[in-house]
Amino acid sequence: MTRVATRWCGQSIERVEDGALLTGRGRFIDDLGIRSGTLHAAILRSSHAHAKIRTIDAAAARKAQGVAAVITGADVRAVSASLVAGVRAPIECWPIAVDRVRYVGEPVAVVLAASRYLAEDALELVNVGYEPLPAIVDPLAALDSKHPALHEGLGSNIASERSFRYGDPEHAFARAAHRVSVTIRYPRNSCTPIETYGLVAEYDASEDTYDVLANFMGPFSLHAVMARALKVPGNRLRLRTPPDSGGSFGVKQGIFPYIVLMGVAARIAGRPVKWIEDRLEHLAASVSATNRCTTLEAAVDGDGRVRALAWDQLEDVGAHIRAPEPATLYRMHGNLTGAYDIRHVSVRNRVVLTNKTPTGLNRGFGGPQMYYALERLMQRVAVELKLDPIDVIRKNLVPSNAFPYRTATGATLDSGDYAKALETALSQGGFAELRERQQSARAQGRIYGIGLTAAVEPSVSNMGYITTVLTPEERRKTGPKNGAQATATVSLDPLGGVSVHAASVPQGQGHRTVLAQIVADALGLKPSDIRVVADFDTAKDAWSIASGNYSSRFAAAVGGAAHLAAEKMKAKLARTAASQLNVAAQDIEFTGGRARARGNPDNAIPFSRLAAASHWSPGLVAEENQALRETVFWSPPELTPPTEKDEINSSLCHGFIFDFCGVEIDRVTGAVRIDKYVTMHDCGRVLHPGMVAGQITGGFAQALGAALYEEYAYSPDGAFLSGTFADYLLPTTTEVPTPLILHIETPSPYTPLGAKGVGEGNCMSTPVCLANAVADALGLASVDLPMTPAKLAAHIHGAEKSARRPV
Amino acid sequence: MPRLTADARYRVHFELNGRGVEADAEPRMLLTDFLRHDLGMTGTHVGCEHGVCGACTVQIDGVPARACLTLAVQANGAKIRTVEGLAPAPGRLSVLQDAFRRHHALQCGFCTAGILMSLDYYLRHHPDPNEADLRKYLGGHLCRCTGYTPILAAALDAAEKLREAPTNA
Repeated sequence: MTRVATRWCGQSIERVEDGALLTGRGRFIDDLGIRSGTLHAAILRSSHAHAKIRTIDAAAARKAQGVAAVITGADVRAVSASLVAGVRAPIECWPIAVDRVRYVGEPVAVVLAASRYLAEDALELVNVGYEPLPAIVDPLAALDSKHPALHEGLGSNIASERSFRYGDPEHAFARAAHRVSVTIRYPRNSCTPIETYGLVAEYDASEDTYDVLANFMGPFSLHAVMARALKVPGNRLRLRTPPDSGGSFGVKQGIFPYIVLMGVAARIAGRPVKWIEDRLEHLAASVSATNRCTTLEAAVDGDGRVRALAWDQLEDVGAHIRAPEPATLYRMHGNLTGAYDIRHVSVRNRVVLTNKTPTGLNRGFGGPQMYYALERLMQRVAVELKLDPIDVIRKNLVPSNAFPYRTATGATLDSGDYAKALETALSQGGFAELRERQQSARAQGRIYGIGLTAAVEPSVSNMGYITTVLTPEERRKTGPKNGAQATATVSLDPLGGVSVHAASVPQGQGHRTVLAQIVADALGLKPSDIRVVADFDTAKDAWSIASGNYSSRFAAAVGGAAHLAAEKMKAKLARTAASQLNVAAQDIEFTGGRARARGNPDNAIPFSRLAAASHWSPGLVAEENQALRETVFWSPPELTPPTEKDEINSSLCHGFIFDFCGVEIDRVTGAVRIDKYVTMHDCGRVLHPGMVAGQITGGFAQALGAALYEEYAYSPDGAFLSGTFADYLLPTTTEVPTPLILHIETPSPYTPLGAKGVGEGNCMSTPVCLANAVADALGLASVDLPMTPAKLAAHIHGAEKSARRPV
Repeated sequence: MPRLTADARYRVHFELNGRGVEADAEPRMLLTDFLRHDLGMTGTHVGCEHGVCGACTVQIDGVPARACLTLAVQANGAKIRTVEGLAPAPGRLSVLQDAFRRHHALQCGFCTAGILMSLDYYLRHHPDPNEADLRKYLGGHLCRCTGYTPILAAALDAAEKLREAPTNA
């Protein structure tokens, strides 16, 4: 890692984004003007979880006031191709139902009309004849071959199955003093951004070109999926994003099938089409995190040292295995041993299809599901062996002197000091006092528990990790996939102003502010001197498949690329300055808006004059020093493809989290009250403390919702039960306490600025930390999310008696 | 209440951020859509359209209300204040807005307008709130980015500054 100036990085400066956002002048997708003649789309959605479509009668709708077109699956099929599915199998995945619906909310018809009001009116005139089929909702039932396959090309509802073996797990289990196991059913939930999906799509028949403005968040590997579905080369799908996007948390990845659908709709109608998803559509049919059934077993020594893990994971991706799934299952593959030094691991991964909404990116992405099993298991080890859970964690942590540490499954833990982080959290967070508090609460007869979690937070995904789903032989055939190109551009204008652009596609994370800090530090300027544009356009900007805002990659990867681009620019400017100031280039320093000779501050030139030189007098600047625009693509060499033994460095950076909490459960209602929550983070170098705190408190609140309230629930026949915000309960100010946030810093040696991701950690650590506390309070061996009062009250009072029937 | 006909359009007049506006609306037109798409005031956001998230909160005759649960024709003759009316001048922020910026009390900014409109009202009528009061009051707003902690800090800070110099609201 290079040593970098840090005048601005590390400070919580005010965000440049906030002035517009606070005064109602944001530019979100639905705030932007549209071309006259633009049609508004409304989508008719399936009310059945599983049914054949016998007929669609849209004649009356087509004649309705203001309606320009009604589009069905047959129309879409005629001009586009199926979306590439996430596994190699002869199955199709259309953005609208073709002959068959497989989940409640699946698009069946699109009405295009002069206004959204008129389009929704006409939806009621479309008559669909369904022939209902039995629905499969439970992923365990999907394993049963007696149920018909959702996709006949697969032959069953198992979309993928692979087994892995690292070290010698059989031997470790055979000689283990104890075997401890947990069985988990992790529910479906979603981070539900407050702004829903939105897009405006146009098609130009003369050039066979699609132009779509959408609040998509990446990854732009999906651009290739969309272009193939639209049957155009990549350069004929221009995808742009609006300047502002109202949150995403992974979810706005899932707009991509609608980009294809509305692109096709615009083509058929011959006019631009605008679609803004409403909340009911979003909850039922946008995208969801996966639900997962996991059995995890540990081989444990008598003193609590875990020697081996045996994972059996059954992933439910819903009705279609949409790209990039089954990535949720493989994102954590290198990290299946969490923060622990465990050398022997076996894994069986199965992916099944059910009649539920297809899954996709959601904050934490596989981490919540995985850590729920692993950290429940560590608590059970302590309980079953009658050990202190703190000691079980201590005994198993990756040792402080072991970094960089290669995990059994292939991740390289870049840096850390887990023991120090844990001990610092215990002392600064007041763990001893919390135990006293618990004792006195219990002495008073109150139900009080303490939970702990240690977790490694991966960030900057290796685009090749998903190929771990293929066998080594299949990978040899398809060629190795790896890396993650981050990109940033720094340019100078004729007045010497500095502009920055990065393909980072923020949804509120303050990227413009942090990029200004980074580039200001490199060039000796102030952040206010730097103008950063975060709107993105595939036709004009530098980008690659890893572009976008996911896997907490901004600070580590994109921020790093911006730093490298600024340094490249600076090196050229320094050589020009050196010739003008008659000193060696290495003796030029950039500070206070000037380039000057080190040790002779009067021998200086204003930055703006130097920066304008290549515009106004290129003849005076040596060709190799022309400084106008520098673009850096940066892909870390550590992100290698899976090995022949299926080891995968699934992420570049690994932060560390240690959480503990105290909860009290109301003896009458079963409601959980969080009495204290402490969260220790090591996210490497912190670029903006205020934003890091915001990522932690924000992730914590979402995780609290997942732990206590939120579930995308389905009835046994596949009906969706969480269709409004009155049914899918998000936490508010009255439920979310303020956590105590602590930090240590071990900079990553693999990123240009030493930063690591921090955005997803609490979504991984907090649900299970709260569950461990609830299990401790009630003495439960097993508890599943969400831990609603009704669920916990049953543990306190016994199952509720059925209501007496009237005589 | 006058009886309106579903397929007719009605002239709606109201005062918006201190200035008179008028435009035609069908009876079913939501106030959110009217403000955003007919009057170009896009600062009021739509998050759920069923009255839960609070993003669309505006002040109608001085009282916070969900614009997504209000018809445009219901606003006829009213005084409406939206987020565009909070700042004292272009390029300047109100005390509350400035506190939000200093405390990083927004990330994506989508829910923010509604929270500002509610807090602007609340602090005017409850100049010395404690954290528990604010937690109870703001329970009608959903924010997915911040975890609420910095919003509460900003509100308490703004309340203190407004007590010191109430005319700077």
